[in-house]
Amino acid sequence: MIAFKLAFRNLIGAGLRTWLNVFVLSMSYVIIIWQQGLLDGFNQQALRDMTDWEIGQGQYWHPQYDPYDPFTLEESHAPLPDVLLNAPADRAVAPILIVQGTLYPQGRMQAVILKGIEPDQTVLSLPTADLQTDISEIPILIGTRMAKSTNLARGDVVTIRWRDTNGMFDAAEAKVVGLMKTNVPTVDQGQIWLPLARLQTMMQMPRKATLIVTGQGTEGVPPLPNWVFKDRAFLSKDLTDMIQMKKVSGAITYAILLSLALLAIFDTQVLAIFRRRREIGTLIALGMTRNAVIRLFTLEGAMHGVLASLAAAAYGIPLLSLQAMRGLAMPEAANSFGMAMGARMFPVYSVGLVTGTTAIVLIAVTVVSFLPARHIARLNPTDAIKGKLS
Amino acid sequence: MDNSTIVSINGLVKRFPIGGRQFTAINGINLTFSKGEFTGLVGPSGSGKTTLLNIIGSLDVPTEGKAMVLDQSIGALSHVNAAKLRNKHLGFIFQTYNLLPVYTVFENVEFPLLLLKMPTPQRRKAVLDALEAVGLQDKVDSRPAQLSGGESQRVAIARAMVKSPDIVLADEPTANLDAKNSHHILQTMVKLNEAFHTTFIFASHDEKVIGYLRRKITLNDGKVVSDEPVTRPVHKCTMASNAERESV
Repeated sequence: MIAFKLAFRNLIGAGLRTWLNVFVLSMSYVIIIWQQGLLDGFNQQALRDMTDWEIGQGQYWHPQYDPYDPFTLEESHAPLPDVLLNAPADRAVAPILIVQGTLYPQGRMQAVILKGIEPDQTVLSLPTADLQTDISEIPILIGTRMAKSTNLARGDVVTIRWRDTNGMFDAAEAKVVGLMKTNVPTVDQGQIWLPLARLQTMMQMPRKATLIVTGQGTEGVPPLPNWVFKDRAFLSKDLTDMIQMKKVSGAITYAILLSLALLAIFDTQVLAIFRRRREIGTLIALGMTRNAVIRLFTLEGAMHGVLASLAAAAYGIPLLSLQAMRGLAMPEAANSFGMAMGARMFPVYSVGLVTGTTAIVLIAVTVVSFLPARHIARLNPTDAIKGKLS
Repeated sequence: MDNSTIVSINGLVKRFPIGGRQFTAINGINLTFSKGEFTGLVGPSGSGKTTLLNIIGSLDVPTEGKAMVLDQSIGALSHVNAAKLRNKHLGFIFQTYNLLPVYTVFENVEFPLLLLKMPTPQRRKAVLDALEAVGLQDKVDSRPAQLSGGESQRVAIARAMVKSPDIVLADEPTANLDAKNSHHILQTMVKLNEAFHTTFIFASHDEKVIGYLRRKITLNDGKVVSDEPVTRPVHKCTMASNAERESV
């Protein structure tokens, strides 16, 4: 307790030097939490959006299906299992048929993926209800990214061409009946959504699908033979890998920021031990043991961390709370990153993040305070009293 | 060692390595100090005064011989026990005052009592009494940088005396002070010596200090040249009046 009291007195007594260190350390502290919070927020938001818009609670894939190999698409269709076809209408699954096609927007030619989905599905957030329309053209739903790249708008009619299961090419007019704004580019870019039954007819693949998205309440569905189940972890692996990579780069920034702050503390400690030799000698003469003086100096350094935590809390909590509420506006170019990013990114500051960062900062500050303080043990008190080096 | 002897030194030798050779700072000293003494170690620079004082103060250890302070052998003390001895029984006064710069006068004087874990009310009273004894009760909240040399040394005396030590070791306590302040400081120490029977051991070559001593030990080249009582003090040991303090 006495050591705390003395360390606090020394720290406050050092004035501007202390406050500069505390300020630098608190800045690092706030930036570390902000940056990690932003990554965590991005992670959570992206995973939520992907779950809602693309992967659901998992997917059954045709064994041949490989989203990274378009050549597999021709062979990766199979009839839907009877257990699903005979299931109640509100069953929480959404079969999707995926085939290749070509779009001719304004005379240009563009390869696209045609995705057939039931318009009344409720598993994904796609606004497939727009496809429930009685028009002569093929009703199609596209995302805003796709609309932008093809220069299409709602109500536009465009030619699509496809090759059916017999290898015959066919083409028809399609009408854009819905535009969707989504944070998930993998359901938007280069993709056209149309009613499943219509696509099955076009392809001459009755009752067939490429994959089946499962939603909440699919626990009652028995395992589907000849279909391979892919869980959420597998389906979001690309995203989690990218987040992991970002976390590594974040950790490097984290380490640089913390090192800068720790360097300031270390420098202060080294300087303090050099400048305060006479004081160290006096403390020993007054009855402190060398270990007690080492503890005192280490504690003084460590208390920079405590003060920095308090300072960071004083201005960091309002600042970070405000940003957690308002979010961070993402630039337009973020749409082309290929990741599920919202127009605003909302940081998430978990208890674990704050306590973990606090613990790391305090431990690191204590260690860098202790390292120079160890040299006190080698100081000769009779020389130190006179301010001499020994 | 009889009952009144609190420091006993036998065949004390202290050598320091300097430039690959051994320099003998103290060369076979035998001395005893009794309770309540007001004694000075005098001699030219390099005669071994400060080294002897440091060994008595358990800040250094003998190379050879024995130094017993309050029945404890300095050479055999661990760091912790040496610190305990200094904390409980020894007070130090330095030439350069060595006040802790970020502490107030009150906190500086309070420091040894904090180490002794004295309860707050007693500690506060002891500090204020000590400051009153040196005439600095109006400077309790001042910082060392705001004090004159004389005031700083009086704070150092208060700090040394606040725990009522058995021995006060003063190394050139007046070297940085003018004559008026030096006399004031010395009178204060004489007063405390008389009031509390605290043993004062000085290391000094200042004639003003020598004039107040009751025993003068002259050292030269690490040896005791003479050890004699001072029969006719130059200055009468009187308490410094408030008027004198103000004039200082």
